[in-house]
Amino acid sequence: MSQKSNWPLWEVFVRSSRGLSHVHAGSLHAPDKEMALRNARDLYTRRNEGVSLWVVRSTDIITSDPDSKDAFFESPQGKDYRHATYYKASEGVKHL
Amino acid sequence: MAPTTPQEPGLSAVPSYEEQQSQSRFDALIGDDSRIEPRDWMPEPYRKTLTRQISQHAHSEIIGMQPEANWITRAPSLKRKSILMAKVQDEAGHGLYLYSAAETLGTERDELNDQLLTGRAKYSSIFNYTARNWADMGAIGWLVDGAAIANQVPLCRASYGPYGRAMVRVCKEESFHQRQGFEILLSLSRGTEKQKQMAQDAINRFYEPSLMMFGPPDDQSPNSAQSMAWKIKRFSNDELRQRFVGMIAEQVKVLGLTLPDENLHFDEEKKQWIHKDLNWDEFMNVIKGNGPANAQRLERRREAHREGAWVREAATAYAAKQEQSEVA
Ligand SMILES: [Fe+2]
Ligand SMILES: [Fe+2]
Repeated sequence: MSQKSNWPLWEVFVRSSRGLSHVHAGSLHAPDKEMALRNARDLYTRRNEGVSLWVVRSTDIITSDPDSKDAFFESPQGKDYRHATYYKASEGVKHL
Repeated sequence: MAPTTPQEPGLSAVPSYEEQQSQSRFDALIGDDSRIEPRDWMPEPYRKTLTRQISQHAHSEIIGMQPEANWITRAPSLKRKSILMAKVQDEAGHGLYLYSAAETLGTERDELNDQLLTGRAKYSSIFNYTARNWADMGAIGWLVDGAAIANQVPLCRASYGPYGRAMVRVCKEESFHQRQGFEILLSLSRGTEKQKQMAQDAINRFYEPSLMMFGPPDDQSPNSAQSMAWKIKRFSNDELRQRFVGMIAEQVKVLGLTLPDENLHFDEEKKQWIHKDLNWDEFMNVIKGNGPANAQRLERRREAHREGAWVREAATAYAAKQEQSEVA
């Protein structure tokens, strides 16, 4: 009954204040980038949630495969020497 | 070789080795109280249940704008008008957050919208009651949004990531909805005798329907157990209803008004609130489409969609034109 609009999907990223990174807030449909930005403002920043907005076409986002997660993120496994907490001998030494 | 079409999980009689692996990974995530994300494998009934629940929730937010939008032009002051507009605008936003979450499960927005417009989809039956006067704006905010909040807070921890995140956003925004309603009733209750009566009358009409918003009693709610096993639902219908009735039983005292439930009391032995029997025949009847305003709500929704057609067409045409001139 309704005419299909098929407007593309956009992902919305909001920066809550200067100095912080943009964080994914959600998504919306809009016919073009300008409308996407305006709709994002109306939908995701009605209470001063942001000082900056990014909108990205959902189809332009490349994601890692959730099923290959273990293999894909394998490299840091067992490399706890990348964390300061690994170095126990220097514990208690001041300003280190 | 012919291209293989992905088989719908659950349709084949014998689950493949991959399916068994996926199922056990899914079970482990649920068991660990972790979250399922859109691109994870999930059993088809989980996907279907969530799509139905989230889209019905979205439809409820959208239809729920109507009883209150109807009073914006007649709000008694500019302040009340601004507040009511902000609230109705929030409900539109809630609908959109939820549609986005539902879409991540694979059903397109147009299809979800169509389900509502053609009457195939359900929405919360509370919105099929009419809002007769200004006091109803108070009762709706206090009782209807109050019940919605009691329902929504545990949904923030729903096992499906996008649903939980949408609910976190919604719950933050809901906090003023219930308060503004309560304050409308508080003003009326401190007004003239007639205003006080108006407030009482509104509470009388919305009390039972708001208790029914939590759904049928546990022993008549066959799908609840599965939803709880999947950790979509965290508490049963009756548990949530209990929590809510306990809160409003206290709050109504501040208003100096009463709940239309003379024998409402806390049973110390059973450790539960005993409230009046709710009219579930009426509930089922309203869900089936025979409530006071079902036809009107749906017709208004269709009308709004029709009236917006030219805007959507113009925006699409403009976008196409822009794209062309960018290419050229
Ligand atoms: Fe809402
Ligand atoms: Fe609300």
